[in-house]
Amino acid sequence: MGRLDRIFSWLGAGTRQVVVIFATLLSLFPIYFMTVSAFKTKSEYIANKWGLPAAPILDNFATAFSGEKFFIRFANSTILTVGAVIISLLIACLAAYAFARMDFPGKRALFNLLISLMVVPPVVLIVPLFVSMVQWKLVNTYQGVILIYTGLLLPFSTYLMTNFFRTIPREIVDAALIDGASNFGVFWRILMPLSAPAVITLIVVNALWVWNELLIALVFLQKDEMKTLMVGITALRSRNYVDIPATMAGLLIATIPIVILYIFGQRYFIRGLVSGAIK
Amino acid sequence: MKYKKYEPWLYLAPTLLALALVFAYPVVRLVTLSMQRRSKGEMVFVGLTNYQTLFKDDVFLEAVGNNLYLLISVPIMVAIALLLAIFLFERIRGWRLYQTTLFLPYLLPIVVVGLIFSYIFQLSGVLNDLLTLVGLERFALDWLGSTRLALPTVMFVVVWKEVGLGVVLFLARLMSVEEELFDAAKIDGANWWEMQWYVTIPQLSTVIEFFTVISVITMLSWVFNYVYVMTAGGPGNSTMVTELYVYLQGFRYNQMNLAAATSVLILIVTIVLIFVQFRLREGEEGWEAF
Repeated sequence: MGRLDRIFSWLGAGTRQVVVIFATLLSLFPIYFMTVSAFKTKSEYIANKWGLPAAPILDNFATAFSGEKFFIRFANSTILTVGAVIISLLIACLAAYAFARMDFPGKRALFNLLISLMVVPPVVLIVPLFVSMVQWKLVNTYQGVILIYTGLLLPFSTYLMTNFFRTIPREIVDAALIDGASNFGVFWRILMPLSAPAVITLIVVNALWVWNELLIALVFLQKDEMKTLMVGITALRSRNYVDIPATMAGLLIATIPIVILYIFGQRYFIRGLVSGAIK
Repeated sequence: MKYKKYEPWLYLAPTLLALALVFAYPVVRLVTLSMQRRSKGEMVFVGLTNYQTLFKDDVFLEAVGNNLYLLISVPIMVAIALLLAIFLFERIRGWRLYQTTLFLPYLLPIVVVGLIFSYIFQLSGVLNDLLTLVGLERFALDWLGSTRLALPTVMFVVVWKEVGLGVVLFLARLMSVEEELFDAAKIDGANWWEMQWYVTIPQLSTVIEFFTVISVITMLSWVFNYVYVMTAGGPGNSTMVTELYVYLQGFRYNQMNLAAATSVLILIVTIVLIFVQFRLREGEEGWEAF
């Protein structure tokens, strides 16, 4: 009892709420700023940077859509995201089946190696990959970048699916085997349908990662018609003529798919990220 | 379950092939490239010359210094995340909504976030407008345009974006702590600080350590996007980081071998950190914990 307790009560409910509200507002401010700016004219933006737009306009979205090959970039990002997410998911599930249900020499070492690959920064791979991709004629192709993304997504994907497959009761698998299912049949008809929650988590987390990725897209897709949305966005800043409200409109459009994904997949998201740290 | 001896390898084959193409082979090639140099159109072996060149290059040294400077943010980030997670855990009104919002920055593309913040921190940007409005024009500075302020400003943005992960991780772990531990501490007459110190933090230790290691790795080798979008390494080289150095040497100045040597050094640091993490976790987690 004494001074500490007084500090404690002072830190009580009210202060707590204030701290959290402050942090929340800070988290939201840039998003708010982007959104309101996207609906202002250039002159209003200069006069009134942080307030709500006096008369919201939609012209900026038209500008954003017409400039910088917006649709091509959007399509490129979509192709890469869908391609890499699906391919990595399928082959990670196959590997996870072996890790979770079979024994083979070197299993433990291989799995630990896989876990450590999760944190290898992509930057250390771009130089040798570029040299190889030039030889294999895969620079400026979807296949080349999908291959790289697939490789980078595999460690986490395999890890997550292995953990999930291990939670499926052995009895279910045994029952299917008694009914005459093949090993692959067990995997495809029993384990996969039961793993829907983990699969959704993986799709959400991986899709977001690919959609947001910059470095690899920058290095391996240099041809203008191959560039992704994120690479296109970085170019907005370096132009001499800068139309900030139109830029904000473009950013808003690029962000909306993510926010939608987050709202619908929130549970899966947090579960997926947490599973890396907490078991 | 019965299976032939070779069967697991059939399932593993596509993954192993992809990992070989994307990790194993490139790493071997990386090490080779780092010890070569182009001479008369051919690659010749030069031993550790490239590494020697790096350590004589002021830009490289500045980049390393800046990455180390960014490490300052790790304890700050852990402290903020911890505080917010504890407050949310105490079930303040609307904690679920706060969690959702605090996590949102972590999901946004760094490119988008970086661009928005570069407009916020402009000399004529919204932050300086607000500061002037409340009579603090003394503090209306050129946040990204001054060599002294640019790196701390970038650091702020990294913390802004990454802290939400810490909050979510800590909160998820706290939720799984047995209620009795807190009750017991309360019965023993522990005040709020004692409770955090003797119950919360020990219970969170593995997650705190995980988040710390991840954040250290982030500051040393995952900040390219922030810097590329907000400052491109400038002004001067005040926000140059090792990743940007690799990118510029390799893809702007056509010095693939120097870029490779830098990459090798980054890789070594990462491997050491992963190794530390494994050692710390040894015995408590890993394969057996499944």
